[in-house]
Amino acid sequence: MSVTITSLSERIRIPETADSPLDTQEYFINMGPQHPATHGVLRLMLKLNGETVQEVIPVLGYIHRGIEKIGESVNYRQFVHLTDRMDYLSAMMNNWVVAMVVEKATKTELNDRIQYVRTILAELERIQSHMLWWGVLGMDLGAFTPFLYGFRDREIITDIFEETVGCRLTMNFIQPGGLMADIHPNFVKRVKEAMTYVKPKIDEYEELLSGNVILQERTRNIGILPADEAISLGVTGPPLRASGVPYDLRKVEPYGVYDKVEFRTAVGTVGDCWDRYWVRVEEMRQSVKIVEQLIDNIPEGKTMLMKPAKKIIIPKGVFYSNLETARGILGILIASDGVSDKPVRIHMRSPNYNNLWAVDRISRGSRVGDLVANVSSLDLVVPDIDR
Amino acid sequence: MSTSDIIPGTPVNEPLPQSELVKSILALDLRAAPYEGNADCPAVQVPVDGLLKLLTKLRRDPEFNFDMLSSHTAVDRLEQNVFELVYYLYSLTKQKRLLVSVLIPRDNPVAPTCSGIWKIAEWQEREVYDLFGVCYDGHPDLRRVFLEDDWQGFPLRKDYHDDFMLTREPIES
Repeated sequence: MSVTITSLSERIRIPETADSPLDTQEYFINMGPQHPATHGVLRLMLKLNGETVQEVIPVLGYIHRGIEKIGESVNYRQFVHLTDRMDYLSAMMNNWVVAMVVEKATKTELNDRIQYVRTILAELERIQSHMLWWGVLGMDLGAFTPFLYGFRDREIITDIFEETVGCRLTMNFIQPGGLMADIHPNFVKRVKEAMTYVKPKIDEYEELLSGNVILQERTRNIGILPADEAISLGVTGPPLRASGVPYDLRKVEPYGVYDKVEFRTAVGTVGDCWDRYWVRVEEMRQSVKIVEQLIDNIPEGKTMLMKPAKKIIIPKGVFYSNLETARGILGILIASDGVSDKPVRIHMRSPNYNNLWAVDRISRGSRVGDLVANVSSLDLVVPDIDR
Repeated sequence: MSTSDIIPGTPVNEPLPQSELVKSILALDLRAAPYEGNADCPAVQVPVDGLLKLLTKLRRDPEFNFDMLSSHTAVDRLEQNVFELVYYLYSLTKQKRLLVSVLIPRDNPVAPTCSGIWKIAEWQEREVYDLFGVCYDGHPDLRRVFLEDDWQGFPLRKDYHDDFMLTREPIES
């Protein structure tokens, strides 16, 4: 048996060789936990040789809240409220995945109104998430204007959420069995206005940043992730598609009403930072297209099919559901004993935790400056990594 | 609790009929057995010493080609005194999902690492080690991932207790 438990201090120990000349010395340097380019409290230990990155060791846990442990003492409706504290930019999808697994386990059939509204909200969430990412990527690479543009346009969508949901960030709107409330009477009108506003803005983004020579130089052929390694590393979402794997759960296992709409999956060819950039910009366009196809056809119907006063008890067994958030595949596993209304075990397979480890692979041999572009192009949200 | 408190239409799920996928895995003769519990996708279970052989076969054999380990975690079955390790495999080419379940004793939780088959397993296993204390034999870098290196105990075990934990009283409704 060869189980050895190590620690971080052992991991970053460099054997001291007294006579090594200065120019070949390897050393570790901390990036974070409080670093603007890591988008939160993510700490990266960089093993450097000069300015060349030899290894990236992410150190996690600065905002670990034990959501899975808390989940064992709350019921499924209460658990929904914890999920949008994970990936706060995909809060709708996080709520939805809990609802999805509960509905799958209890075999609840949903009506079209719920499915349409959920799909529209999820796509709006995806657009605003990618807008924020676009702005932050610009800022990471030294352009401040995209950051302001991204936040300005994101406001239009968060305003719609505020009117219907009551919140701008932590939604708690999609519940097992339906929606927390019906959509606001202004919802359809405002979404249409927002889409006519957003569509030319995406072209403006392209004009402002995509053709910029600095962005091109800093993203093209930087951080290349080959397709087979991306699959082995469990990378999903836009980074996987940028590597040339056309795997999108909305297409492969359609949930909601994705099987009724027409949209195309953006796929890259090289798998570098530029492809990851391009895939997300294209996804914004496709999301607008999806919303436009659905917004006029929301059918009538009830918006909550499970009476909130009743306990939800899932049959005994293990249940797994997943969907595509703005960052990749979010999976949820529930093990239930069939008696209690609380789960025995609840596990979130978060996209960011699984995408994070590709940083080491794509940054080896590159410069520290490129590492910033790599982290930014993976679009990590740290509360989702730590949970 | 009376039956009227339960959402109607949710009694016991019928177990899935054994799918073609499970049948072909059982035919491999790698000590895999049909999953005893209730799962919502094709599922098999295997003894812990046959795990690595089965997973390697499922990954390398072009008939199965499970090229992605989409999720790996553990479930603490305290009353049976075992940890259940669950591996959700996914095949991008065949678009099939499979659950592989392994039971290991709680007092000696050792399982072989599958980080040589899928790279992401290295970090998913580190998470399971951190929260459940399952030791992975042959793991290249087994250490805590969320908690500090000197943390005592493994929080997601059902019998875990520390001085800072709040006990929850059940609310009578």
